Amino acid sequence: MAVHPPAALAAIGYQPEWLAVLGEDFMRRALAGGVLVAVAAGVLGYFVVIRRHAFAAHALAHIGFPGATGAVLLGLPVTLGLLAFCTAGGLAIGWFGRRWADREVATGTILGFATGLGVLFSSMGTRSAATVTSVLFGNLLAIAPDQLAVFAGCTVVLVGVMALIARPLTFASLNPEVAEAKGVPVRALGVAFMVLLALVITMAVQVVGTLLLFGLVVTPAATALLMTARPAAVVACSTALGAVAVVLGLVLSAMFDLPPSFPIVALSFLGWLLALAVSRRGAASRD
Amino acid sequence: MTAGERGPALVLDGAAVDRGGRRIWSHGSLTVPGGAAVVVIGPNGSGKTTLLEVVLGTCPLAEGRVTVLGEPPRRGNPRIGYVPQHYAATVGDAVRARDLVALGLTGTRWGLGRLRPDERARVDAALDAVGAAEFADRRMARLSGGQQQRVAIAQALVGDPDLLLLDEPLAHLDVRHQQEIVDVLRGIHQEREVTVLVVAHDLNPLLPVLTAGVYLVDGHPHYAEIGDVVDEELLTHLYGARVKVVRTAQGDLFMRSG
Ligand SMILES: Nc1ncnc2c1ncn2[C@@H]1O[C@H](COP(=O)(O)OP(=O)(O)OP(=O)(O)O)[C@@H](O)[C@H]1O
Ligand SMILES: [Mg+2]
Repeated sequence: MAVHPPAALAAIGYQPEWLAVLGEDFMRRALAGGVLVAVAAGVLGYFVVIRRHAFAAHALAHIGFPGATGAVLLGLPVTLGLLAFCTAGGLAIGWFGRRWADREVATGTILGFATGLGVLFSSMGTRSAATVTSVLFGNLLAIAPDQLAVFAGCTVVLVGVMALIARPLTFASLNPEVAEAKGVPVRALGVAFMVLLALVITMAVQVVGTLLLFGLVVTPAATALLMTARPAAVVACSTALGAVAVVLGLVLSAMFDLPPSFPIVALSFLGWLLALAVSRRGAASRD
Repeated sequence: MTAGERGPALVLDGAAVDRGGRRIWSHGSLTVPGGAAVVVIGPNGSGKTTLLEVVLGTCPLAEGRVTVLGEPPRRGNPRIGYVPQHYAATVGDAVRARDLVALGLTGTRWGLGRLRPDERARVDAALDAVGAAEFADRRMARLSGGQQQRVAIAQALVGDPDLLLLDEPLAHLDVRHQQEIVDVLRGIHQEREVTVLVVAHDLNPLLPVLTAGVYLVDGHPHYAEIGDVVDEELLTHLYGARVKVVRTAQGDLFMRSG
């Protein structure tokens, strides 16, 4: 059976007016907000990987969930609830899990409790169903102008603080005992990093949602690390990868009427696969 | 400069440490002269790593006093270089050897900024000194255990320390790689005015470098010249297993168990 190309395109939801959609205000805010978050996430992603905080990042996103539903219950802004729970969770993980082995267990335990709270809160509220969906899957297209201002402020603070602490934090992450002996405040940096991570995750959850957060916070850094191990290059590269995934993801979402979280995370995943294949081949040809 | 003029590298005076509410060792009174190459021996859990942490100022004494290079111990003393036990375990795949060595020089500095040319030269010199120049641009996880240990020593060395603390640098290395690290240590000890404290379980490979030993036995640290440390009775008592000391025709000491 022959299918005409336009019909085939329509079947997958092709939107002929996508270019116009890209020019709309909500789309511009989505582009700006998404890129801001990609920058913040790209800067922190390198440290998430070298500090082996991937599980903590994943958990923090889920710990934010009861914060969001709880905030709806109390009639407070969702961002506030997310921020409060992510920060508290980050501090708790940073405090209880000083060593890597402890941290996995502490993280999982706190995560379990927070998820329980989330179930409770979302069962209590009738208005929270929409929030649950947007927290779980992200709602980049609904970013409000004031939210965008918050994103911009947070990103500036994050990048500024990271520029200040990047070197001692790298030292403390890679050689904790040596850094400690050299006078680096290893524990304080660890807690500070968890707070910054909570901030990034609060933002990123609103872009891709808790379930897909990994694709924006960890995957670009992991991809960058497959290509280079120079710290500055990794940060630049993961920031660029995240931003490209957000922009192209939004374009695809406008073209095919998809929820943007999916193409963003899918592109991020494809980039990682590609880098993995290239680095494997590179390694094979070297050996 | 001779060791005598330099002053002692480490003085313990009635020193004792507690950890987790338990006394680890006590009655530590000893003097390690500057320029010595000292092995620290003792059974597992006897407090060898703890002794290094006391010197670094990361573990306080419960009793007594300690003087390191003429001052009380303090965290962040740039005159001390340190390679912890299990160094490579925390490092992972995400970092190049060269960047790790550079952190030994600039890791305590806040803010961004590239390495200055003189710092770059020092990093290269440290990598050269341990024979790690040829794999300096590779990632740590792609290096062999012996290569990783060289990088670790280069990181400790890059700040040009007066006191070098190495916690089991020969662990998990085969005989040839142990020998190579010992050669590196010998070079460092001869060419730089540095006191070396090295924790080890097997004295044999280190004997050509060592001048003395600190041994932890029955909960007390003691200091002795190396000839007195390599003693059948002492080592048998220390490890709780029979140890034999053999003198070869060349006058070298060596130990065998059983
Ligand atoms: N942070 C800590 N808190 C509590 N107890 C500790 C701590 N670190 C070490 N200990 C205890 O102090 C004792 C001495 O430990 P230390 O690591 O100094 O031994 P060691 O001689 O280096 O042993 P090994 O040969 O196994 O490396 C051990 O009994 C250990 O359980
Ligand atoms: Mg030890």
